[in-house]
Amino acid sequence: MSNTTARRRSGTQAGPRRNAVLTIVMALFVIYSFVPLAWLIINATKTQSDLFSTFGLGFGHHFALFSNIADTLTYKDGIFLHWLGNTLLYVIVGAGGATLLATLAGYGLAKYAFPGRRAVFGVVLGAIAVPGTALAVPTFLLFSKLSLTNTPWSVILPSLISPFGLYLIWTFAIDAVPTELLEAARVDGSSELRTFFTVSLRLLAPGIVTVALFAIVATWNNYFLPLIMLSDPRWYPLTVGLSQWSAQATGAAAQPIYNLVITGSLITIVPIVVAFLFLQRYWQSGLTAGSVKA
Amino acid sequence: MSEITAPTSRRRPRGLQRKVSLAGAAFVTPFMIGLALLVIAPIVYAVYLSLFRTQLIGGTAFVGFGNYVDLIQDPKFWSSFLRVLLFLVVQVPIMLALSLVAALALDSARLHGVRFFRIAIFLPYAVPGVVAALLWGFIYGNQFGLTAWVNSALGWHLAPLAPSWILGSIGNIVTWEFLGYNMLIFYSALRVISTDLYEAAELDGAGAWRIIFSIKMPAIRGSIVIAVIFSIIGSFQLFNEPNLLHGLAPNSISSYFTPNLYAYNLSFAGQQFNYSATVAIVMGIITGVISYVVQVRGTRAENR
Repeated sequence: MSNTTARRRSGTQAGPRRNAVLTIVMALFVIYSFVPLAWLIINATKTQSDLFSTFGLGFGHHFALFSNIADTLTYKDGIFLHWLGNTLLYVIVGAGGATLLATLAGYGLAKYAFPGRRAVFGVVLGAIAVPGTALAVPTFLLFSKLSLTNTPWSVILPSLISPFGLYLIWTFAIDAVPTELLEAARVDGSSELRTFFTVSLRLLAPGIVTVALFAIVATWNNYFLPLIMLSDPRWYPLTVGLSQWSAQATGAAAQPIYNLVITGSLITIVPIVVAFLFLQRYWQSGLTAGSVKA
Repeated sequence: MSEITAPTSRRRPRGLQRKVSLAGAAFVTPFMIGLALLVIAPIVYAVYLSLFRTQLIGGTAFVGFGNYVDLIQDPKFWSSFLRVLLFLVVQVPIMLALSLVAALALDSARLHGVRFFRIAIFLPYAVPGVVAALLWGFIYGNQFGLTAWVNSALGWHLAPLAPSWILGSIGNIVTWEFLGYNMLIFYSALRVISTDLYEAAELDGAGAWRIIFSIKMPAIRGSIVIAVIFSIIGSFQLFNEPNLLHGLAPNSISSYFTPNLYAYNLSFAGQQFNYSATVAIVMGIITGVISYVVQVRGTRAENR
């Protein structure tokens, strides 16, 4: 009897029958994920008075998306565009530098034996455990002592070091770059740096894209660090700027610009969402690599 | 030049070895310099600061562990600490359980549109924490959010921004942001399990639930430990969401709502840099110790 149940069970398993209940459960998850985003998109099309007078998930009397975008970009002499430029600067220099440093070091740790390698590895593993937010206040205190606060460097420098990025490249490089290949290049007389640029870099590309993507997200979304480092609005990234706009709605001299906060939020998330959608293949394989080794 | 050095180095492999070893160190050096200046130096400096105190009379004086003694007796610190601890023991299990359910559903091979569900549920992770907090803060609000509509439509009395609700409301924002991320971590680990194991289990008559609890869950234990550690860090370091909701609900969120908010307000509103450094150091140590314990216990159980 147990034999027949076994056969019946394995039958359902082998021919993967779709399960409606499971699909409904997952649909609920998707609704949960999408409702706030839908709210954002819908409300970015409303004027400030429509925001208050019409239903939250319905459209307003006027379709004001384009005028909202224009107002967001031109408010206070186009400070939003300034913030966008700052964010791009912090992302390109900060995340770009972080990816470069992590790639070089992860590759070096994975493929070379040198004195102190174990110590380096121990320090890096320890640094992974140090959360970035816990570092923000100490870094601020040090930077204010060095008069580095309120400069772009105060945001860029701390984002240059990504111990987790190094760890990902390290685990990736062990298998992705065959040691025999490096030895063959050595016998051919290629310098180590040249081998890195001509041979290894291409093999490391999927890992590098993953690390770059997560570094970009981390810098693009960075809030705590620039909030404490910067006092001049002209150096703000988008995140800090938007929170200032939002704070403007309350207090003594309240000047609510909810429609601009909402439209600005939408503009802020679009590039990152697009990047994630287009680079799916890379970050998904990167996550797998990380989880296998961990 | 490399063409000249190659033959000589081939004849003297020890010289080549040293050169290769030097190259390895050179690859690692820039990162290590950055790590020393931007991770280790701030920590050392914060520890140094935490040993001093600036008084109105007498200027800055060395006080040894005086700030730490004060911190242990500081009810504001304990209030903030217990709040994030409560957050940790309630929000993290709920979020990770939901993530696990979603990951197991994706992996079950009984789902339509796996690719769509995977990316759709992950998408909130790409939304900056600031935008997520603003977005939910507006939705929670009575003015143009959804709360007023839900309350009038269903006769409920939701008040997400009220003092007794606010921690749960923040928990919802954090869950929304990281559910899909943790789901993908679990899903990636599930994909790696060899299908031979499933086939063998089916031959032995194991059902879907049995396979989940006897094969899948033990196999992804390492990923669960990692997700728990990240969530512990996230809970203890909670800052963005309460700081942004403070503007919308000033009466619900105090200046010492979380330890990080306390450290921030000590530095910026109070100019108490030494005490602020002490809070940051103590929270860093607590976070590190708890993460370490989870990791050791988690991996030990795995090896058993």
